[in-house]
Amino acid sequence: MADATLEHDVHHSLPVGHGAPGDYEAPLFGAYSKKIGMWLFLASDSLTFGALLFAFSYNRIYTNPWPTPFHAESIANATVMTACLLSSSLTMVLAVFAAQRKDRAWTRNWLLGTMVFGTAFIVLHGMEWSKLIDEGLNLPGFITLLGVSKSTATGELADISKNVPQFSQAFFGLTAMHMLHVTIGVIYLGIVAFRKWFLPALGVIWIAAAFLIPSNNVFHYPVHALGIGLLIAGVILWLKPKDYDAHDVEVCGLYWHFVDLVWMFIFPLVYLMSTKVS
Amino acid sequence: MHDVAKHDDSKGQYFWVWGALLVLTAIEVVLGYKQVFSPVRMLEVLLLLSVIKSALIIGYFMHMKFETALMRWVITLSVVACFVIMYFFFFPDAGRITTMGVK
Repeated sequence: MADATLEHDVHHSLPVGHGAPGDYEAPLFGAYSKKIGMWLFLASDSLTFGALLFAFSYNRIYTNPWPTPFHAESIANATVMTACLLSSSLTMVLAVFAAQRKDRAWTRNWLLGTMVFGTAFIVLHGMEWSKLIDEGLNLPGFITLLGVSKSTATGELADISKNVPQFSQAFFGLTAMHMLHVTIGVIYLGIVAFRKWFLPALGVIWIAAAFLIPSNNVFHYPVHALGIGLLIAGVILWLKPKDYDAHDVEVCGLYWHFVDLVWMFIFPLVYLMSTKVS
Repeated sequence: MHDVAKHDDSKGQYFWVWGALLVLTAIEVVLGYKQVFSPVRMLEVLLLLSVIKSALIIGYFMHMKFETALMRWVITLSVVACFVIMYFFFFPDAGRITTMGVK
């Protein structure tokens, strides 16, 4: 409601302190406040990822030779993951259009499509991580913390972990941060699309994943992030159990596109610049 | 006030942008896998393609193209300025390590 007032008064309101009672200051940049808030968050989050990417590049420049462990299989997997994220951005745009038309059914359908692509990205990324760790790529403290038994694998990736640990640090640090953002994004979309009906679905996925992921898998403990997400989603819906409107869909779309945008830098820098030509 | 619905009649442009992003990704994969350039030149080319892709995502998918000029400039310049500062802090030091070692 406040947003509607802001929209109406955007070009006509007086400066704060001089208007009639009930007047608000004109919103910054002529956009509604939720959108400005999300843009400012994304600007700050881009600096987080920027710092990580600069740290990766720093390691890469001073480490000679830099490992190139990604064979055709890894590149193909990462390419499919990229296609999933790009396609999810398109379905997100279509969801925003449907929300603007007040077409609830198609808004929900397109948001669900976006969630499916995002989930496919997370699953493919998780499989890639598990495979690399099984083959010997690890980060000792990190792996111990997650309860994964130390790999006895020998070979190229085990040698990289031993001799160039900054590769593992950079790879796992960057991709884990991004995977966390994608997971938060899928939960965010679920809340906007399905509101309280999303909570039992998320709970079932969390419990099923907790039981199905074996104890020696790297995701056995991190999957409980879904439980934390469930708790936070429950609190949000308890505080604001409204029907989310087109502005909310557009704002969650901004977050989702940002996650896609960050991957456009991680994919070439982390994967393509570390490609092994066989 | 900007309203996304105003652009609904040109929905087709978003499919073109999506197609362009997929094609640019395919070009990146071919360049990366075939390693047609030296590593430094490859990094420059891949970063250039990434900047083009991110401009398409920000401009069209995130609708920045349709926001006010003030919003476009303030957000873009502030973020780019921070990246430029990071560049001048990180890269000369990384280069120094390659020539002088860690001191």
